[in-house]
Formats: sequence, structure tokens, C-alpha cells
Amino acid sequence: MSPLHLCLLISTGLFCIGLAGALARSNTILVLLGIELMLNAANINFIAFWRFGPSPVAGNGMIFVLFAIAVAAAEAAVGLALIIAVYRHQKNIRLQDSTTLKG
Amino acid sequence: MTLSAQSLWLIPALPLLAAAIGAISARKNRSIAAGSAILAMSISFVLSCLALNGALLAPANHAFFNFDWFDLGATTVRLGFLLDPLTAFMCVMVTFVGTLIFIFSLGYMKEDANFKQFFCFLSFFAAAMLGLLIANSLLLLFICWELVGLASYLLIGFWFHKPSAAAAAKKAFITTRIGDLGLLLGILWLYDSSGSLLFYDGGHGVLELATLTSLSGQTLACGLAASTAIGLLIFCGAVGKSGQFPLHVWLPDAMEGPTPVSALIHAATMVAAGVFLVARVYPLMSADALLAAVPVHALTVVAFIGAITALMGALIACAQNDIKRVLAFSTVSQLGYMMLALGVGSWTAAIFHLLTHAFFKALLFLGAGSVIHAAHHEQDIRSLGGLRTKMKVTFANFAIGMMALSGVPFLFSGFWSKEAILHAAHGWNVSSLPLYAGLAAVVLTAFYMTRLIAETFFGKARSEHAEHAHENSAVMTLPLVILAVCAMALSFLAWPSPWLQHQLDPELQIETSGHGLMILSIILVGAGLSLGWWIYGRKLRQTVQQRDPLNHAAPAVMAALANRLGFDELYAGTVGRVNTLTAAFANALDRWVIGGLVNFLAHLGVFSGGVNRQIDEDNLNGGFDRVSASIRGSGQRYSKAQTGEAHGYLRVIAIAFIVLALALVMGGVR
Repeated sequence: MSPLHLCLLISTGLFCIGLAGALARSNTILVLLGIELMLNAANINFIAFWRFGPSPVAGNGMIFVLFAIAVAAAEAAVGLALIIAVYRHQKNIRLQDSTTLKG
Repeated sequence: MTLSAQSLWLIPALPLLAAAIGAISARKNRSIAAGSAILAMSISFVLSCLALNGALLAPANHAFFNFDWFDLGATTVRLGFLLDPLTAFMCVMVTFVGTLIFIFSLGYMKEDANFKQFFCFLSFFAAAMLGLLIANSLLLLFICWELVGLASYLLIGFWFHKPSAAAAAKKAFITTRIGDLGLLLGILWLYDSSGSLLFYDGGHGVLELATLTSLSGQTLACGLAASTAIGLLIFCGAVGKSGQFPLHVWLPDAMEGPTPVSALIHAATMVAAGVFLVARVYPLMSADALLAAVPVHALTVVAFIGAITALMGALIACAQNDIKRVLAFSTVSQLGYMMLALGVGSWTAAIFHLLTHAFFKALLFLGAGSVIHAAHHEQDIRSLGGLRTKMKVTFANFAIGMMALSGVPFLFSGFWSKEAILHAAHGWNVSSLPLYAGLAAVVLTAFYMTRLIAETFFGKARSEHAEHAHENSAVMTLPLVILAVCAMALSFLAWPSPWLQHQLDPELQIETSGHGLMILSIILVGAGLSLGWWIYGRKLRQTVQQRDPLNHAAPAVMAALANRLGFDELYAGTVGRVNTLTAAFANALDRWVIGGLVNFLAHLGVFSGGVNRQIDEDNLNGGFDRVSASIRGSGQRYSKAQTGEAHGYLRVIAIAFIVLALALVMGGVR
């Protein structure tokens, strides 16, 4: 098994853990955490394909991931602010209870 | 047998492994988490001893092992491990004290539901702390520095259901973060001007002559040398972490954590990391020492901050009533001593005091923990009392710790390290103020420790809990005994010759300028002890409500000291208020200006919609009605799918994703 395969397997595992967390948890913070895990799985893929790809010298994979991390940080800040707003509104953060957008 | 710099990573790796085991083991599986933590820590202790053995073979030699972490374009980021006597002594101290405190925690946290988590956090802390010690790169040190801060946050807030503990954890994290910003800026500046963050790198490291000469040669617009500015920024991080004035406010609040945490993190190891950092970058801090033209030397600032902290902490400690807060302010004061020693140019004396302080302060905190555990979490010394006969072992060990901290002569290690610091301050030719501050703090230290002992252990029990206190089991008293023996035995590091200081810095010259200073400080210690006993020991406290004798004498001063000189109020009134105002401004901006704009656009939309509708209803109705009815029907059916439940959507996305992936795999990817 080449190192690339190993990295991809790890990222797949991480993605599955994140997906299971996001689907199975009812606490919105933990759902957000699951999403972050999936995002990081994607980041590992970026790094892996860059590192073992055709041009590992240019830093584009790394730069891409740095941007993804920055975006993820901003997203986490917005997400947590939303969760606090929801908590103030309905006094809990169960995802199942926020269904006011129902059609 | 020795351990080389190349395999130094094993020392932090073992506790990290134990933390991982603790994290994934089941909650009720207590013995696995605690056992692996203690085992890992004791093996790390053995490894540290081997490393020390190796380092002492060639004390002047900085053995290092550097490796590439990653490269980005043409830049390579390198990390490394460093093995010299400073690192090795610190590692031995951290692992030894850590092991004892882990064992003590077995007894102290026995009834806690989150027992397993506690050991997981403790191991994680130990791993980060040891990583910080062995780092040969300011970057690696900074990473571990932040991890240590995280562990401290988790452990202060370990009883997070108490609002005061949650608030204290947040306060500690944010306050130290202010200092860390300075440290980060210093690191970036250093990297920008020297192109490396490795301490030692065969002539290219930032602590080696070539870089130091070029850094102290650059002069900034304000007249400072570049090395002074970088040194002061790095010192900001140490101020935050080591609870120095003006960022000391978090350390006393950190006592909300469990007592073993206070002993390990907020007395013996983590808070000393700031002192370690300054000692590590000492060549950089002192690079400007020979420049006569600069307005201020970095080390002068360090000395004065240390002197202020030492005096202020000792003063405030005299007026506190919580047994752990007295010890916390005593820690602040002693850390001030260490900074003072660094500032006056004797980093070896600072490290000596750091090591002895770690042992006797851990002893004092564990003794306090033993008292608190026996008295069912009663921490107010006014409500304790009379524990001398009920807890003989704890009392004897606490008294040894108290004498070591007060600097009772000859037998106790604290005396020798304090002596070394006062001696260094005496020899400093810039100013004598730090020496006077240090001497005043000697009296105060002996005074408040006598008060603490008299109130806690003498007299009669003044509450139900103290009445029923009894000695703890051996798992809690044995660590006390071992630490007490060490608190005395470490005297041999300085007597008959200053062995430790010579090992740390073989080129060190310690001139012996007679015994005048030593006799003076012995007199001062005696004065502090007898004053304390005269005020608190002669007439012992009878009831909880009885006022403190000093409160009669100077109520205003004591009230100010009990209120910790109002620093918390000052920060709440300035920084806190600015923050609140900014937030209110942002809120108003969002609500009225941006919100107003959005609302205006929405009203515009509604208005144009209304106009449209008028046109529609008047001119275009008719045949469209039938079409729209059928669209509405299908729309209603589709809207059933719109449940509003985020989980439902997520599930659909996930299933669709899997179907897509399967289709791609089946169809073959080109």
C-alpha cells in the first residue's frame, strides 16, 4: 500500500466518523463538530494529493488547505453565533427542535 | 546509560500515549486511565534521569537534534530537540513531582464521577509541558506552550458545573492569551529578522553568536536594539503564563480547579514555564547588556516587573482567608523572585529557586489538598483550626513546606535558593530597589505563612467539618512525605558548594562577598516568623466571626489587600468596559444601520411587488389561473419534503452522495 493510499484511507475514515456524528447527534454543537471533521478529511485529501502528486514542490496544496482552515474557522464562528442565537430563542440546541422553516 | 537528544521525544510521547489511552477507555474503567498515566509518568521520570546523566557529562554542550517538519516552496520549517542541563533538570523535576501528584490524585479524586477524564487531562498536560521543555525551536515551544494553556483551561474548569470554575477557566485562558499575543509577535519578528527559530543549530541558531550580534546591532526608530524589543515581546508571554504583574489576576482564580491541579500546574510546573522561557532565551535577552547607548535593557524591565510582583504578591497574601488563595499569591510572589533573579543577571539562581519552589510549593498545595479533603471542602482558614492533633502527618509535612518557603536557614532548600537570588540582586549595579523589594518580601513571606499555619492547625476547630476531620489514607500522605524529604534534601544542590548553578552554567563566577547579607536575611526571616506568631499565635482565633487582629490596626489597608488591590475591578472598569461598549456599538450598527438598510430594501421589494400585482390582476389574469392552480398542487406535494429538520436534509445529502459515489465506481472513473 502506497503512502497515498494510506492517507486516503485515513481521510475516508475521518470523513465517515464526521458523517456519522453529524447524522446521529442531536446536539447542534456536535453536529457542527462532525462537519468540521468532514472538512478536515477533505483537507487531508488536498495535502495527500499535493504531496504525492506530480508537483510536490509548489506549495499550492498547502496554501489551499490554509485557506480552507481559515474559512472553517470563520464558519465555526458564524455557526457558534447562530447556535447561541437559537439557544436564546428556544432555550435548547436540539437540532430536531429547530423546525420553523418547515414548508 | 544515557539518553541522546535524538530520542528525547520519548519523554513527552509516553504521557501523550497515556492520555490517548485515557481518552478512548470507558468511563467506568478507572484503573486503566489512572494506571497508564502513572506508569507513563514514572517511565518518563527514569528516561529524564538518563537524559540528565547524559547532559551532566558535558554541561557546556548544547546537544541538539533538528529535523525538517515541512517545506513550503523554498522555505523549510525545522523543529528540534535540545538536551542541556537546563532541559534535563526541568524534565526530572516535572516528571518526579508529576508522578507524586498523580498518585495523590488517586486519593483526592476518588469520589469524582469524571475520574478517568481527570487523568486523561493530567497526562495530556504532562505531555505538553515536557514537549515545551525539550523544544529546540521557538515554534515547537510555542505550540506546546499553547497546548499547556489548553490543558490548564480544561483542568481549572474541571468542575465546570460550578459557574465560578467556568469563569475562572475562561479568565485564565483569555488573560494568558494577551501575553501570548506578545510572544507570537516576538516569534514572527525574530523569524523575520534572523530567518530561523531554532535555538541552537551549529552556529545558525537564534541563541548563537552570529544572530545575537546582528540583532543587537540593529537599532530601531525608538532607539531600542532589535534584540531588546524581541526579548521584551517574548517576555510578554512569560508575564502572562507566570502570573507576573500586571497579568497576575488569573492565577489566584485558577484555584477553582481541583487541588492536585493547583499543585501541579499552578504552582510547580506550568506557571514556571515563563521563567523557563526567559532562562532559555537568556542569551537573547542579555544581548543588549553591553550596549551603553540604548535607553533600556530588556533584563532591567524583567528585574523590576519581578520585584513589583514579588512584593505585591506577598502583601496580598497577608490578607487572604482562603487557604489556597494564600498559597496562590505566595506562588505569584515567588515567581516574581525568579523573574527578579533573571533580571539581575543570575538565571542559574532563578532556575535553582524554580526547582526548589516546585518541590515545596507542590508539598504545600498537596498538604492544603489533604486538609481540604479531610475537612469536606472547607477552604476558609477562619473555619478550620485545631487540625494539628487530628492530622499529624499532614501537619508535620505542611510545616516543613512552610519553613522551606519562608526560608528558615540551613536545613531547608528554600533558604539556599532565596539566598542565591538575594545575593545576585545585591550584586546588581543598576539599582538596589529589587534587593529591597526582595528583602521586604522575605519578612512578609515568613509572616503570612506563620499566620496560615496558626489559623489552620492551631487553636480549636471552629466548624463542624474541621471538628470531624481525620488523617487521609497513605496514598495521599506518602507523596507528602516524599516531597517533604526532597524539600530538605535539595539543600545539597547548593551546599557545601553551589553545584547546581555550576552544572547549569560552567562558566559561572559566584563571588562570595561575606556573610553580611545572609545574616541580614536570617534576621528578617526570624522577624517575620516571630511577628506572625506574636499577632496570630499568642491569642488564637476562637470563633469564625472574630476579626483579624490586623483589621483592627489598619482596616482600610487590609480591606484593599483582601480585595487584591482592586486589579479585577480596574480591569473590569477599563478593558471590560471598552469591550462591552464596542460590542454594544457593533450591535447597534448591525441592528439599526445594516438592519435598516436591509429592511428598507425589503420594503422597496414589497412596494414594487404590490405595483406588479396591481398590473397583473388588472391585465394578465384569466388563463394563468388554471396553470398556477396545477403548479400549486404539485408545489404542495413537494413542500412535504421540506420538513425543516436539518437531519433529514443531511441524510438525503449523504444518501445521494453515496449513490453518486457508487454510480461513479460502477461506471468506472475516467
